[in-house]
Amino acid sequence: MSSPRASVRTGPSSAAGRDPRPGPLMEFVHRRRRGAELFLLVLSLLVGLGAYAAVGLGVDGTVPADIIGYGTWLAVLVVAAHVTIRLRAEYADPIILPIVSALNGLGLAMIYRIHLASPDKSPGARTQLMWMTIGVALFIAVLVGLRDHRRLQAFTYTAGFSAILLLLLPLVPGIGREVYGARIWIHLGSMSFQPGEVAKVLLVIAFGGYLVLHRDALALAGRRVLFVDLPRGRDLGPILAMWLLSLAILVFQNDLGSSLLFFGIFLVMLYVATERPGWLVVGGGLFLLGAYASYLFVGHVTDRVDVWLDPFHQARGYQIVQGLYGMGWGGLTGRGLGQGSPQLTPFGFSDFIAASIGEELGLTGLMAVVVLYGILVERGLRISLICRDNFGKLVAAGLAVVFALQVFVVIGGVTKLIPLTGLTTPFLSYGGSSLVANWAIVALLLRISDHARRPPPELLADPEEMDATQVVRLR
Amino acid sequence: MNRPIRNLAIGCMVLFLALLINVTYLQYWQSDALTSLSKHPDNRRVLDEAFSRPRGAIVVGGKEVAQSQKSDDQYKYQRVYPQGRMYAPITGFFSRDWGVGGIEATQNSVLSGNDSKLFVNRVVDLFGSGDPQGGSVSLTINPKAQKAAYDGLRALGDNVRGAVVALEPSTGKVLAMVSSPTYDPNRLAGHDFTAVSQAHKALLANALNPLDNRAIETVLPPGSTFKLVTAAAALESGKYQPDTMVPGGASLKLPQSTSVLPNENGGSCGGAKITLTRALQVSCNVAFGSIGLDLGADALQQQAEKFGWGQTWFHDLDDSLTRQAAAKFPHPDAPQTALSAIGQWEVSATPLQMAMVAAGIANNGTVMKPYLVDEVRSHDLEVLGKTDPQPLTANAVSAATARKLTDMMVAVVDNGTAVNAQIPGVKVAGKTGTAQSEANRPPYAWFVSFAPADSPKIAVAVLVQDAGVDRDAISGNGLAAPIAKSVMEAVLNP
Repeated sequence: MSSPRASVRTGPSSAAGRDPRPGPLMEFVHRRRRGAELFLLVLSLLVGLGAYAAVGLGVDGTVPADIIGYGTWLAVLVVAAHVTIRLRAEYADPIILPIVSALNGLGLAMIYRIHLASPDKSPGARTQLMWMTIGVALFIAVLVGLRDHRRLQAFTYTAGFSAILLLLLPLVPGIGREVYGARIWIHLGSMSFQPGEVAKVLLVIAFGGYLVLHRDALALAGRRVLFVDLPRGRDLGPILAMWLLSLAILVFQNDLGSSLLFFGIFLVMLYVATERPGWLVVGGGLFLLGAYASYLFVGHVTDRVDVWLDPFHQARGYQIVQGLYGMGWGGLTGRGLGQGSPQLTPFGFSDFIAASIGEELGLTGLMAVVVLYGILVERGLRISLICRDNFGKLVAAGLAVVFALQVFVVIGGVTKLIPLTGLTTPFLSYGGSSLVANWAIVALLLRISDHARRPPPELLADPEEMDATQVVRLR
Repeated sequence: MNRPIRNLAIGCMVLFLALLINVTYLQYWQSDALTSLSKHPDNRRVLDEAFSRPRGAIVVGGKEVAQSQKSDDQYKYQRVYPQGRMYAPITGFFSRDWGVGGIEATQNSVLSGNDSKLFVNRVVDLFGSGDPQGGSVSLTINPKAQKAAYDGLRALGDNVRGAVVALEPSTGKVLAMVSSPTYDPNRLAGHDFTAVSQAHKALLANALNPLDNRAIETVLPPGSTFKLVTAAAALESGKYQPDTMVPGGASLKLPQSTSVLPNENGGSCGGAKITLTRALQVSCNVAFGSIGLDLGADALQQQAEKFGWGQTWFHDLDDSLTRQAAAKFPHPDAPQTALSAIGQWEVSATPLQMAMVAAGIANNGTVMKPYLVDEVRSHDLEVLGKTDPQPLTANAVSAATARKLTDMMVAVVDNGTAVNAQIPGVKVAGKTGTAQSEANRPPYAWFVSFAPADSPKIAVAVLVQDAGVDRDAISGNGLAAPIAKSVMEAVLNP
């Protein structure tokens, strides 16, 4: 931290040429903390590689033979991401990348562990590492290619229509395919892909752009009923459209999780844009209505709720019961990596990876994972809070809530807090589409964060640096 | 827009807190329940581990009645039951696919070595050489009493349905618990899973239900042995003394109905008016029917509940395959009250419940909670826990009433209906019972007793449901009392 650019406050002793007494607005400048980020990244690599080695020790009694190659690969990916941030987003939040790297490393180790136990029924860590590579590549591409997130506002409607198109794709005969009851996959040749994962990013951008323009109309008109400001009837159009879209996903694609996620994001962004809790009341009401109706009429939702209420006496409760047994078996400190039986739980490497972690790393490990997610979400919301433009605020809040809802819905489902719905656990579960999309989300968050934390150009007296920070080009 | 974002941050925090609390609930508070084989016998994780570890022994009188031996097949250890058939209702069995029952299930955490009491040993094992080992469980069973009970029932035939329970009155220790017909747990614990499956299927298909532990799972009308409860209620009411004169005629006309309640032999009990002691001695239906009508249903019901009716209090065998059945005393109307007072109509009890009536009277009126697990030890024999005797009902009857009842019961054995339970040189207190089931089925023979009457060491209940003998030969005195006698002798004259 020898560079003068790293100093926080411009005090009297600071480098010559700076204003010795900055005005009240300029007092606080975010530090870049790239060194701290690097340190945390090393820790996160230790988590990922340590877990990988522990799996080998637990299952075979030796450290996996490919640990050097595997470790180098993982380290290269993480360092590449870090260097990109140093070069292209030097003020970005320093905590998010290490969290993501730790979660991804842990997920890889867990996938590897279950693959060792049941090689024919689960995928290997190598495939997932390939997906991570693509994810990191996309992360770098977003940070390099997108110099200012506000440019995305121009693509509001393009993003919206692409999202809807993507969501409809699995319904197209020929390329759409039903897997385990949910019609959310498309297959092109040997490639398969879940378009919903990309759609969630596009939807956040589309909602952000739309709400920035229409927030006044949505916020100001309305009437007061029982202490709650309810919106005008004619403004209900978009929310009803979104509600119908979510219901359509539920009914035609049988995908309870995505349906809930999309509607939730929309509702939350609407609330942030309008500052009116009334929307939450209307939306929550619509949600409850839709949920109750689908409980009554959509067979697969009825099953999920029945299993949730009493998993131990239902044939369909097998998976969740195995997950609960696993977590109970893990107890406080876990059986140790490679020493439990997470392969007994169906999909212990994807939807139920939280249960596998609970079994082998115990309550302690699972709590650490939940807390990591919590910090990730709160950092995301903090970015939203300090962001100076409304579009950035909305998109950052939306993306943070994507993680929050996803984690809550999937871990809550696995731990029997709420009915189980199929969603991936961000960064942990096996699955290419989800991993790549989540890395893109992180890149977007860091881009907005860089923008928000970057000090206003006036603070930097050095003319050279002034040039360096004048990247804000609004057309 | 910052206010909603702040609210959102709080909202998200609440969601994550909910997750953390739920996970803690699941993995900390629920962990024991989820890995308990008695609650979740299909938990493969627990079973697989248990099969690959040396499991602790179940010990009776210093001898192992269930032990783990090294085996060479896919699992490292084989569970063996040296006296399998005699102890099967207690030990249960340890099978991979068909659940785990008995002490094997309820004490699984100790036997498998997962119990928190064994934590230190587990850590030591981790750094030492061997596999982690389970702790052992010592039972309260007296092996001689158990053998006497088992032999006594078996002497009536291999397929006789019946049960024997013996208790130590002052503590509630279960000294013997036998159920017949029984089964060989070794055949269910084998590692040839096809053979195990066939054996299990055959046991399930057997109409005599050998897998049932009749001592705690079977509720049947206790018949005349219930007259002890009626007599207790009568003495407790203050209206009766052992020498109070009660009706002893040939029949009792039931109120609100045209039917009459006759005596067992059809005749009178030895006079129109007899003493209460005499009424118990000859097991007079007319006398106890009219006492029941006089006291009323509520008094009878309350007295029965004090002895344990309507509740479950025996948890040492409470697993997913076995459950203690609660004795029943449904509230009767007037004519039913007379029938209930002599242990008929819908009054029912398990042999364990009837043993507790005898044990409560023997223990000066205090009913102790029965228990089977005496001590829990680590594999290096360090005592980790010992069960403390606890009262179930402090004064089910007063000490004075208990003394009077004891004297009356001694009269029953000395020169009443239970002469077959006499032991030379020992004062025995007892009561027979012969409960009517349906007209086309043979009645059940019951017998409850305790001895020595002045300082009781053992209380016994015997039920013989179906001995395959003539209807006329079925009586508490004829079939059940000799078994009770030999069980008491096993404890008193070792």
